[in-house]
Amino acid sequence: MSADGEIIHFDNVGLRYGTDREVLSDLTFTLFEGRFYFLTGASGAGKTSLLKLLYLAQRPSSGAIRMFGTDAITLPRGRLPMLRRRIGVVFQDFRLVEHLSAFDNVALPLRVAGHRERDLAGPVRDILEWVGLADRIEARPETLSGGEQQRVAIARAVIARPAMLVADEPTGNVDPDMALKLMRLFEMLNRQGTTVVVATHDLDLLRKVPESLIMRLDRGRLSDPTGALRYPPRRPA
Amino acid sequence: MKALLSRLRGRGLSGRRRAEIIPEGRMAGPMPWVIAIMVALTAIALAAGLALGNAVSSARAEIDGGITVQIIEPRSELRAVQAARAVEALKTMPSLAGLRLVPQEELDALIEPWLGTGIASATGSAIPVPALIDVRLKGPATPARLREVAYRVAHVAPSARIDAQSNWLRPVFEAMVSLQVLSIALVALLALALAAAVLLAARSALGANRDTIEIVHLLGGTDAQVARVFQRSIGYDAAGGGTVGLALALVVILALARRFSSLGAGLVDNGALAWTDWLLLALVPVLATLLAMVTARFTVLHALRRML
Repeated sequence: MSADGEIIHFDNVGLRYGTDREVLSDLTFTLFEGRFYFLTGASGAGKTSLLKLLYLAQRPSSGAIRMFGTDAITLPRGRLPMLRRRIGVVFQDFRLVEHLSAFDNVALPLRVAGHRERDLAGPVRDILEWVGLADRIEARPETLSGGEQQRVAIARAVIARPAMLVADEPTGNVDPDMALKLMRLFEMLNRQGTTVVVATHDLDLLRKVPESLIMRLDRGRLSDPTGALRYPPRRPA
Repeated sequence: MKALLSRLRGRGLSGRRRAEIIPEGRMAGPMPWVIAIMVALTAIALAAGLALGNAVSSARAEIDGGITVQIIEPRSELRAVQAARAVEALKTMPSLAGLRLVPQEELDALIEPWLGTGIASATGSAIPVPALIDVRLKGPATPARLREVAYRVAHVAPSARIDAQSNWLRPVFEAMVSLQVLSIALVALLALALAAAVLLAARSALGANRDTIEIVHLLGGTDAQVARVFQRSIGYDAAGGGTVGLALALVVILALARRFSSLGAGLVDNGALAWTDWLLLALVPVLATLLAMVTARFTVLHALRRML
């Protein structure tokens, strides 16, 4: 991480799948430690593609990406897991592991990070309780409703206290009360120093976090209506 | 087999069992049985190779220094004189370990199954069976030693014919060695087949669990962690299958051993397995398990390198 609190920097990044046209073009922006960002845009604008670059599921076709002070483009494959462990992800389609219980799904990031089995139970139960799934600990994803699956996915994303949380439409399948509760959880994590990036097209959600910064994607190009992401970046007061 | 695999995987222990990232059973399927069959065939082939090797080395050690001197002389008096002189001439050989003039009664007993008894009284003359001298040398009967024996005997017994005993059994030994090579080749081929079966199973399991592996990667899991899961899974399968395979092989080997021992033939009896051979057989499932685990690990790591 750089001295000025920068955790992510995209420099003229472009992305295309195969030989198709670019889905993201000329993306240049910086994300700072401890800020709350909303990524908005119409369907097909490239929000999920940008998030994929952020959680290292995809390499860009062009440009440079620096993450936590490391060049993510030239980073050897073997060192990617260390970067990924600093990023929590809530996938749009949840991507829970079907054969694992809610407990084991949530425990997965801690297990891959090498935590001892006896240290898992407490934190996992606490976080599942917090998202209202204390009585569904042993349930498999197929027996959970869409909203419950989403809460398990969120619990899994935050359990390891990531430096950056990336969430793709995290409130899409939950009722307004739970949406508010989840946003409070994200805010709480954010206050503890976690940078949060939430992709959404729910404009009400934006109003629930007044201090958030907004990045707007339009046909693969980025604009920042708050003015917070101009390059070179000007740190908010 | 299922119960054995469950025991190996540690099911039934108290407390929460750690869930595997890759679902159990995806990797298994018929794999333990394939491994059981491979291990059984490998152990049987190895046992055959070891038994043949033992039989060949034991027979070789027995007859390696053996030389037969035949006095082929139709006149019995002259034959007896030449035989006695040949014995005297050979006694002074420095490399001599033992010497025996085969008694006439033994020779008669040798030909009795073909010609019966009392030939001399029935025909009025005895069959001129060659006199035999069984010579044992210290060390193998090399061509140079054979020449030395021939040189010593030639002066005193011109009707003598000298043969190294190992020459008679050479074709048998060669055939047995060929069978031994064949058994070693079979063991190698079975090991290759086992590795190929594991490779295919690992690839198939990788394909079936691609989504899960991708999630594990995105959560910060390393290739080594994913490979370890597959390696452990195939390790359990191989250990269970290998144990069953070895048990099957032991039943077959012991049954065959009983059959052969009842033949009472010297060459076959010499093929009995030593304790070191049994130890080698016991190592077959261990080596098969290691081979399967290493194959699974490298297959998975190689495949994962293509993922981000």
